[in-house]
Order: sequence, then structure tokens, then C-alpha cells
Amino acid sequence: MTVLSCSGLSRRFGDVQAVDDVSFTIAEGETYGLLGPNGAGKTTTISMITGVLEPDAGEVVVAGQPMSTRAIAAKRLVGYVPQELALYPDLTGRENLRFFASLYGAARSRVDHVLDVVGLTDRAGDLAREYSGGMKRRLNVAVGLLHEPRLLVLDEPTAGVDPQSRNQIMDNVRALAAAGMAILYTTHYMEEAERLCDRVGVIDSGRLIAEGTRRELVEKLGERDRISLLLDGDLAHAAAMLGDLRDVRNVAVHGHGLDLVVDDARECLPVVLSAISSNGVVVRSVEVTEPDLETVFLHLTGKALRE
Amino acid sequence: MRQALLIALRDLRERARDRTAYVLALVLPLGLAGVFTLILGNIAGDGEVFRYVVADADRGVVATTFTDEVLRGAAANGAIQIRSVPTAAEAQALVDKGEATAAFLLPEGLTEDVTAGRAARIDVVGDVDAPTGTQVARSLAETYTGRLAAVRVAVAATVHSGVTTSPADLAAEAAAALPGTVVAEDTTGRRQLDPKTQYAAGMAVFFLFFAVQSGVTGLLDERRDGTLARLLAAPVRRSSILAGKLLTSVVIGVLSMTVLVVASSLLMGAHWGHPAGVGLLVLAGVLAATGAMAVVAAIAKTAEQAGGWQAVVAIVLGALGGAFFPLEQAGRALEVLSLVTPHRWFLRGLADLAGGGVAAVLPSVAAMTAFAAVTCAVALILFRKVVRP
Repeated sequence: MTVLSCSGLSRRFGDVQAVDDVSFTIAEGETYGLLGPNGAGKTTTISMITGVLEPDAGEVVVAGQPMSTRAIAAKRLVGYVPQELALYPDLTGRENLRFFASLYGAARSRVDHVLDVVGLTDRAGDLAREYSGGMKRRLNVAVGLLHEPRLLVLDEPTAGVDPQSRNQIMDNVRALAAAGMAILYTTHYMEEAERLCDRVGVIDSGRLIAEGTRRELVEKLGERDRISLLLDGDLAHAAAMLGDLRDVRNVAVHGHGLDLVVDDARECLPVVLSAISSNGVVVRSVEVTEPDLETVFLHLTGKALRE
Repeated sequence: MRQALLIALRDLRERARDRTAYVLALVLPLGLAGVFTLILGNIAGDGEVFRYVVADADRGVVATTFTDEVLRGAAANGAIQIRSVPTAAEAQALVDKGEATAAFLLPEGLTEDVTAGRAARIDVVGDVDAPTGTQVARSLAETYTGRLAAVRVAVAATVHSGVTTSPADLAAEAAAALPGTVVAEDTTGRRQLDPKTQYAAGMAVFFLFFAVQSGVTGLLDERRDGTLARLLAAPVRRSSILAGKLLTSVVIGVLSMTVLVVASSLLMGAHWGHPAGVGLLVLAGVLAATGAMAVVAAIAKTAEQAGGWQAVVAIVLGALGGAFFPLEQAGRALEVLSLVTPHRWFLRGLADLAGGGVAAVLPSVAAMTAFAAVTCAVALILFRKVVRP
């Protein structure tokens, strides 16, 4: 079931077209990564999805409710975790949560529940200003979970946190998705996107330029897995024999080794190794290179994700 | 409305942990009012009754009229205390010892001089440490001698017109007819607060403008700290966010003023007047201060900028509005200019309350409410840009 549907979203600021005809959907239980370099239009898109900003054109629908800046009902369905630490430093962690719970009409028992989820129960009575960066990030996420939203929007939720807090946040996100929550996730950390996201959308200069699973994007761009072998034996014979394998697209000889371009390195590697050893060639080393989202991103935008 | 209350309650909880707020809203106004009262209260008189002595060497009708009618008349009103001594030297000695504020020396032959058409003179000897009391004594004497001059001319004219009554009898009749009371409280034209109340109220209304800042500037703090985006994404109307911020300022202002009114009454002996009238003035004053500070906050780009501008506006309005000194001392131009400030109306309302009933504050309340309505409306329009979609 579709929880978030964006169609034809556009927004201009003066002469700058910040978002241009962006459309995508997120299903129940799906984690969708929105990737793009700084200034690509991610935050503007999120602002329109959360009802902070009104689009010039297009429509956002959350679980059947049209979203706008005045859409109180639709806003109740969305949990928002902004990139900035949106907390009140002179209130305790619990007071911060109680305030937002009261705004959303969430039960008070939810406060203790989300404190437990993000592992802050022991420090709930401390002022937020006294929290470490990681704890603040976790509290920031907790606010977005208070009212059990259908859609959770996380804008760079792990920016600048310690590995322990990052892992905890990622574990939370996985658990929430498994429980059926739709999640929109932006990050600068490619490994996070790869680990968490079922699908990703790549946004650049305000336009959604590619969308799909990692494998779909890799295939769309013609990127292939690579296997590099360092061998002792008859390289020419080995190359000819490997070139005949079904999943091997290309074989090149270099020095004491071979470079193979294959469809799926994980599936192909056992077949390749078996074929080599059965022909008396000794394998000194193996290196597998799978095109990742970073490669896809670089290919699509001409920039690294953190630029 | 519920969500505006929730936002205001959260703000208030956070402000309650801010020690600066207590200093600005309570400690500074009370402290400064106390200092002003100590320094300036005695100079201004502070309700002090001047102690005069009179030495009458004349004992004629003119001198007796001055002593019995003018001076004792004023003493009967409670404005002065009067004591007669036999000689000028004794009177002067009492002044020198500081036991009398001033001495009136009525010279021998005073009545004779008046009846003969000669210039009459009353000597005033004042205590150098009591300039106000001496000035009052001089005024009493000058007023009386001025009227004696008129009597002298009238007597001379009557004599020349051929009337047979003796000049001495004419002078006695004229002197007896002189109005006795020349020192009196004019309750309609000269209503004034006593110095303690004046300075307590002045400081309270001056610092009120600082106390209410934090509420209306809170919106800029929220934008800086990123929490505004979260509020805008929450199921809350934007008008509720603005209302919550204004409400925060109003509650802080009312609390601050209430504590100051009670504390200055108990600690400094200030007399604010009927609680209902004071309550109306405080509420209207708080609304006006909130409106003024909200306009400044809405124009500013950052909370820091707003704080700087608000301090300037608060000081200028306070100075113009008579928060530091009674406007009667400042001249006509400033008095007229002060009418645009809530401070002026607040203090005037308190003075009116001191001289009349609760209804006397209504013009001041109306003026401050109008000021609040205009400024709050302007602020709400300007604040839209902060929460604009």
C-alpha cells in the first residue's frame, strides 16, 4: 500500500528552480533513500512533503490525505526528524518529548516508550544541552516517533554522530520499517543508504534523475561487477576458458593476472574459481569490485555524494 | 488556542530556568527604583512638611493677617508647620541649627509702611540644606507682598478720591479681605505620584519592555535553533505559534509587574493605588510593551539583532515617557512627545488613580490598549514572513 505519493512537485525561489517536477512513491514498510549533493533540492522536497513549505506545483498525498501547510490531518501522519537538532536545550529530554507529544496529541505513555526505543531512559531527566552529540541525535529521532506516524521523514539523522549512536539509529530505522512504517531517508553516508534503503532516488539540480534498487540503478547505467585474479599458470588458456562462461562478459590479461567483467560477482565467483583450479592454474589472490551507489551517483551527477 | 497555550507554557518553563530573565524583570527595576528613591526622594520633598518660624516685630494688622491667615491657613492644610518666636534673632538661630526650614521676619512698621503707601517688605531666611522649603517660604512671602502692593495702590487711590475713612482703617479692611490660603493642593491640575511610587512605577514600566522581549523574540530563536521547522511540520496552525509567543510575553510581563508592585509596596513603601485600577493599567501596559517589542522582533533578521534594537527602543521610549524623571520637569515639547509612549500613559494613569477613582485610569488604559492593538497587528503582519510557507 502506498503511504507517500509525490507527483510533479515543483518549487522556485526567485530565479532558482529548487525542485522541478519530482515524483516518487513510498510503500508501507519501505525505506526510500533520497540522495543528492548539497543544494540538489532534497531539503526543499522534504519541506513540501512535511507541510512546512507549499509547492508551486504538484501534489503530496500521505496515506490518502493531501498535504499542505494547513493540512492538520495529514501532518498527524508524518514524523519529521530535521537535519538540525530541533530540540529545546533548556528542557530535559523527557520535557522535550512531552511538549511535542502534547502538540501531536500523543499519549504520555509514548514518551517513555520512545525513550526506551532510542536508549535514553536513564538520561531522560537531564537537560538536553547536557547530552552528547549522539544522544541529541537520538532524542531528535525520538521526537519524530512519538505519535506513531505512517511516514517517517529522516533528514540526515546520523550527521556527525559517534558509531554507537549511528548504529542504534540505523537499527531503529530497520525495526520501524519492519513494523510497517514508510521511511524517507536522506544521508551523505552511502553505506547507510546501501544498508537501509530498499530503493533510492537520485536528485540533482532539483530533478529526480534516477530511481530504483541499487541493482536496478547499476544495471541501468551499464555498470558491471569486476573480478581481478592474480594467477600462476597458463594465463592465455585460463582467459579463453573463462571467456566461455555464461556470466562472464569480458576477460583481459594483465601481467600475472586476469580482469573479468561479470553480471553478478557473488554468483559468478565460485564458478570462476572452480574452472581455474580444474585447469591446473593456481590462484594467488582474488579481488571483487561491485559498483556501489557511490559509483552510480558519480556516474549520474559527476560529483561525489559529499561534495 | 490549546496549542498556543502549550507553546506558551513550554516557553515559560524554559524562561523560568533563565536567570537573566529574573535580573531584567525583577532585580534591576527594584534595585534602581530603590536607588532613585534614596538619591532623589528627599530632594523632591517626599511629602515632607516644612517647619517655619515667624518673628513678628510689627504686630500690626498686615503682619497679623500674614501670620494668622496665610501661614496658619497653610498649616491647617497640613502643608507646613508654623511656630512664632519673639525675636528675629531667635528665628534665625532656629534656622541655623536646622530646627526650622525657614524663618519669616516681619519688620517693625510693616503695617505702617503699607498704610502710608510705602513699599512693604517681609524677610525670609532659609536653611541652605533645604532649598525646596526655602523656595516655598519665599513664594508665600512674595505672593503676600505682591497683594499688599495692590492694596497699597487701592488705598492711595481711595484717599485721593476724597473718601473720609482713615487710611489705616482702609488698609485694615483691605488686609482683612485678602484671601488667606495661598498654599493648597490642586487636585485636578497637579496630581502627582509620591517619589517612591514614581520611581518604582517608572522602573517597573521601563524594565517591562525588557521583560517581555524574550517571548516575542522566541520565534527568531526557534528559527535559529531549527525548532521552528519542527513546529511548522507539526499539526499546529501558524497563527497558534504566533499567538503562543505573544502570550508568553504577556504572561511574563504581568508576572513581572505583579511582583514589582507587591515588592515595591512592601519594601519601599510605594503607593500604587486601588488594585483594580493598577491591574487595568498593568494589563494594558504589558500589552503595549508586547506589541512594541513584537514589531521590533518582526523587523529584525536574528534574535541577536532584535535584542539590540529592542534595548534601544525600550530606552528611548522610557526616556521620552518619563520613566526616569517626572515629565513636568522636562518642558512642554517633551511632554507632548511623551504622549506617544505607553510609559507616559502608564504613569499618568497611576497619578490619575492617586487623585481619583478606578474610572480615572480609563483614558490611560484606552491609550495603551490602542497602542497595543496597532503594534500587535503590525507585528503579526510582519511575523508572517518568519513562518511563511
